Amino acid sequence: MTHHRFWFWLVCAVAIIVLLPITNLIISWSNFQTDIWLHLIETQLGQLLSNTFWLIFGVSIGVTGLGVGLAWLTAMCEFPGRRWLDWALMLPFAVPAYVMAFVFLGIFEFSGPIQTQLREWFGPGSYFPAIRSTGGVITVLSLVFYPYVYMLARSAFISQGRGLMDAARILGLTPWQAFFKVTLPMARPAIAAGLALALMETLADFGAVATFNYDTFTTAIYKAWYGFFNLQAAAQLATLLLLFVALAVFIEKNARGRARYNQDSQHLFHRYQLTGLLGIAASLFACLVVLIAFIIPITQLIIWVIKTGLTDVDNRFLSLVGHSLSLGAIAAVTTVTIALLLAIAQKQPNQRWLPKMINISTLGYALPGSVLAVGIMMGFSWLDNHIFAAWFNWMGEEPRQVLLGSLLALIVAYGIRFLAVAFGPVDSSLYNIKPSITEAARSLGANSKRIILHIYLPMMTPGVLTGALLVFVDVLKEMPATLLMRPFGWDTLAVRVYEMTSEGEWARAALPALTLVIVGLLPVILLMRRSNKY
Amino acid sequence: MLKSLKHTCLAATAVISAFTSIYVAAEEKLVVYTARKEHLVKPLFDLYTKQTGVKIDYITDSAGPLITRLQAEGKNTPADLLITVDAGNLWQAQDKGVLQPVKSETLEQNIPAHLRDPNNNWFGLSVRARTMVYATDRVKPAELSTYANLADKKWDGRLCLRTSKKVYNQSLVATIIERLGKEKTEQVVKGWVNNLAAPVFSNDTMAMEAVAAGQCDVTVVNTYYYGRLLKEKPDTKLKLFWANQKTTGTHVNVSGAGVTKYAKHKAAAVKFLEWLSTPTAQKIFADANMEYPASSSVKPAKLVASWGEFKADQLNVEIAGRKQAEAIKLMDRAGYK
Repeated sequence: MTHHRFWFWLVCAVAIIVLLPITNLIISWSNFQTDIWLHLIETQLGQLLSNTFWLIFGVSIGVTGLGVGLAWLTAMCEFPGRRWLDWALMLPFAVPAYVMAFVFLGIFEFSGPIQTQLREWFGPGSYFPAIRSTGGVITVLSLVFYPYVYMLARSAFISQGRGLMDAARILGLTPWQAFFKVTLPMARPAIAAGLALALMETLADFGAVATFNYDTFTTAIYKAWYGFFNLQAAAQLATLLLLFVALAVFIEKNARGRARYNQDSQHLFHRYQLTGLLGIAASLFACLVVLIAFIIPITQLIIWVIKTGLTDVDNRFLSLVGHSLSLGAIAAVTTVTIALLLAIAQKQPNQRWLPKMINISTLGYALPGSVLAVGIMMGFSWLDNHIFAAWFNWMGEEPRQVLLGSLLALIVAYGIRFLAVAFGPVDSSLYNIKPSITEAARSLGANSKRIILHIYLPMMTPGVLTGALLVFVDVLKEMPATLLMRPFGWDTLAVRVYEMTSEGEWARAALPALTLVIVGLLPVILLMRRSNKY
Repeated sequence: MLKSLKHTCLAATAVISAFTSIYVAAEEKLVVYTARKEHLVKPLFDLYTKQTGVKIDYITDSAGPLITRLQAEGKNTPADLLITVDAGNLWQAQDKGVLQPVKSETLEQNIPAHLRDPNNNWFGLSVRARTMVYATDRVKPAELSTYANLADKKWDGRLCLRTSKKVYNQSLVATIIERLGKEKTEQVVKGWVNNLAAPVFSNDTMAMEAVAAGQCDVTVVNTYYYGRLLKEKPDTKLKLFWANQKTTGTHVNVSGAGVTKYAKHKAAAVKFLEWLSTPTAQKIFADANMEYPASSSVKPAKLVASWGEFKADQLNVEIAGRKQAEAIKLMDRAGYK
């Protein structure tokens, strides 16, 4: 088999596995659910679309503003506390959106401690902005998803160094002009990648919006499924969601165009000194974000844990931790390996169509976990019921399940869902390897294998590690796919959080939620330490 | 030749088995899919295993995904029993063809007829009453009467409700449709929406906390949520009101179970189901969540009994499932989110 063939079949295989659940969703259109659609159009569709639109709009502004602003501050400026704020700003990444949602409601609702205190001080008429509102949902999602933009923008800024900015200044631009005309456009691909991840998470989110009872496209999918028990209608809605995402990915890729951002990252640079009031303002701003997005929620969780006591800590609880960790690790390794192969495939000469197929392979991230899991489940059950059943019949044995309910199926589900998360950093670390290096190696007679093993892989290690850690944390947090596809006895922390929150028992959900955050912290800190080494 | 091929395949199967979920059929074993939360059913599973030696494997999830999984698995399903909450969900499971009828005198004797499927596809195991909770300092019990009455103008800005996406509210509205007819019910639901003091909540507990904090005066909840609140805050100024006592009775629903259509251990599943209807199990099943036992021979827990006796609606709970879609559409039209 020639090289081209190998890469071709590899990418095809991945794309087919990813397309399997999506195909199942598309097939649903063969049985158009007129009844449900008419009802939806008549009653809710307008509201759903406008809610989803405002959510996307608001979260875009929120995560870009917070992410880019904070990244610029910590990467380019020096101010009191910068050293630890640098990584503290990454901590909210370990907090799942559904946890942030129930903690925020617990704190800021009418019956929560803050508003109760305010009423005590200022009487019953005192005004407080409604937390269960579009603004409330946008705030919560922005606070948990800004780290995607922050992390990617920050390393882009650091690798740019200050040289460019200085050059722009020498040529007569003001600091702001230099930032908007030089620094920002250079970092655009990284920012766009972070924003794309944050928006896909937003579109797929169910836990947070359901806690706020804020109707979006995702909640409509679940309603069709859980309420009307109409899986076809749910799948049809899901394909529409997918269409939006495909459009967004397309726009993003086009906007990025041929922008290349491989840069010499070896500029020794010194940060701008922010002194006096400016320094304090920068410090306060960053502290405030850490406070609201991390310290306050964690404190609330700790208060709940203390209140309910540690009654739920037992062997079973430890096994939940163990399962979460091992699932995260297995999924991280497999997913990143596949992402790595895809990225390398893309770098092979004469493979123009590959990027498009790879785009398809990363679509899974935008689908709500449950919807994706249903698609996978149907695909696997088809294999179980037809292929494996025939196999067992031929062997003279009773047919039984092979794929469904297996660890393999769950890992595949994670892979499909989080391939985009792993592919981003892996691909951009490959992207940063200048073509001239590859050309030089080739001209010295190195073949593809040698180039991959001795040049690409060592240079890509940081990206690969980043991808793996991101997938690890995401798998820890992932709820619906784990619930639906886990094998017997493979309960995780997220499953436990679900069991408690679905009954509104937030205080009892606090222990697994807090554990989940703490377990997720370690990789996040590792991530930041690594990215400091640029 | 063919034989050696078969041997190779056998070996291959063994290897695949090591990496996949291949489920080995054993005699003394049961597999349960449950939408009732682990901490509410595990004590029962453990006790049953201790008494009979039958090992019970289970997974938890919401009813929707579990039923979908059963459908997808078809004949290959490892599941023997489906436990879920709300007759609406049980009805859907039967409607999707994942349950099978069970003929059992024990179950027929222990579980009253209106708490089980007329065709014996599923059986209620605990009763949950959905009724009103009010603030004692702002509402006189005499002001309250029926669910429909909460649509009255006098409750303007005083009502809190949980989201219509929860099956509990869908079932409540389904029975109101059965009692009052479609048109009247739609007016009632519109009236509720007009009277709301705050956007609808995502769970019963939040709605009750809003009443306690003074955001509104009355709400509708399943009584066990009230029980949980009492345990946490014994001096709360909230009280239960039994709705519809002068008319059809308070709306009740069940949590229950059915044997799956392709159960591999049908006999064992029926036996376990029967055991769940016996006094010992009934007591544990209901008390775990402060619900009412389905079997009338078993008394509710002390705290639950302290809320007083009430007249329960005798409508067969399966109506909740049969009219579920209609109820959802009606609530959508009325603007109940």
